[in-house]
Amino acid sequence: MALLSKKDANLIKDPLADNNPITIQVLGICSALAITAELKASVVMAISVLFVLGVGNVVISLIRNIIPAKIRIIVQLVVVAALVIIVDQVLKAFAYELSKTLSVFVGLIITNCIIMGRFEAFALGNGPWKAFLDGIGNALGYGIILVIVGFFRELLGSGTLFGMKVLGDPVAKTGLYSIGYENNGFMIIPPAALIVVGIIIWVQRSKNRALIEEA
Amino acid sequence: MLEHLELFFRSIFVDNMVFAVFLGMCSYLAVSKKVSTAVGLGAAVIFVLGVTVPLNWLLDKYLLQDGALVWLGPEYADYDLSFLSFILFIATIATMVQLVEIVVEKFSPSLYNSLGIFLPLIAVNCAILGGSLFMQTREIPNIGLALNYGISSGIGWFLAILAIAAIREKIRYSNVPAPLRGLGITFIITGLMGIGFQSFGGMLTGDNEPPEETQSTTVETKEEKEIKKEIEDKEEAISYNEALNK
Repeated sequence: MALLSKKDANLIKDPLADNNPITIQVLGICSALAITAELKASVVMAISVLFVLGVGNVVISLIRNIIPAKIRIIVQLVVVAALVIIVDQVLKAFAYELSKTLSVFVGLIITNCIIMGRFEAFALGNGPWKAFLDGIGNALGYGIILVIVGFFRELLGSGTLFGMKVLGDPVAKTGLYSIGYENNGFMIIPPAALIVVGIIIWVQRSKNRALIEEA
Repeated sequence: MLEHLELFFRSIFVDNMVFAVFLGMCSYLAVSKKVSTAVGLGAAVIFVLGVTVPLNWLLDKYLLQDGALVWLGPEYADYDLSFLSFILFIATIATMVQLVEIVVEKFSPSLYNSLGIFLPLIAVNCAILGGSLFMQTREIPNIGLALNYGISSGIGWFLAILAIAAIREKIRYSNVPAPLRGLGITFIITGLMGIGFQSFGGMLTGDNEPPEETQSTTVETKEEKEIKKEIEDKEEAISYNEALNK
């Protein structure tokens, strides 16, 4: 027996490509771009969002019938803020250097539009299990883009992946550097992230022309 | 006075909310199709940032910082509640936005109608929370500067959304490759504008200040900056010595 019914599986699969939170729904770009200069930070950010969105969706879904509609935004913000505080404290305890790198962007998960967007659009109207799958799916879709951007920016910008020198040593001129390859410093600066995401959108929409926007 | 001016221009151009730290990108992309709506949202952001940053500064100073509770009595000097700052800041912002909405609706219905839909949106705009969090990490020393910081970073955001909205209105007449239309080209234009704004990085490097690292992708904390400064000082001293030896 399949673990997930087909409908449930779609909840996870859709956000990965055709309904991706970043490239299609245009949510959660705020905190996504600034930390993608290194792959490691991107992965940690993706995992943090996975945790917050997965758990948050379940919590909101459980209390959806007792939240008064008028103050639901504040209730949602409090739930997210509590979860983000947990993430922040865990990062500070176990990965202090990394939490320094991410700085305020961990806190900004609170206002990450993906989270509020999924609460509003899905968790408020569906049961906990579905909400959980939806949260995981969307967080993974977000994470994929983050990792892709982080991969290219770190590889082309610093010639490293996870801090390891995969292209050889630029100082000792080994590997690719021995034939005159240079790191592209352009990829490190923040605006490059926007351009990389723009190119990802371009590639995705060229493959799936149904996604092209009307002029 | 000078520090006010410096902070003002730095927040607008050098540390621009959109181009340097990518805050408020969601509404920046979603509400930038027309100049008139962009102006409405931009004005609302300036206003809310101008209110919430000083307010959160007070909270930070008298409630959250390490030892901030000392005004209650000496036995409270050891409390450090800074881990609560996220939840307190966001609660302030959400209630302020709600409050502003009610007040504006009551006293100026015309303004309410023009801002109406944007006000609730702003509660979840990362630029607002980001403003408060940066205020905290950069350790802004007094409430006047905090007010200045809130308003000027709001103006920076306003400029950014105004510029992209104007460009998007015009680009409709251009022949953009179909898959890039809409979102894709907006991203790339924003990237190019960001590169342009990087050139402001040299604007505030005065006589004896070391050049500011605006290009770093992460926000440096104060300690890191101090360490960097030390290293630079040492390097300077070394090169000076070498020059002397020659």
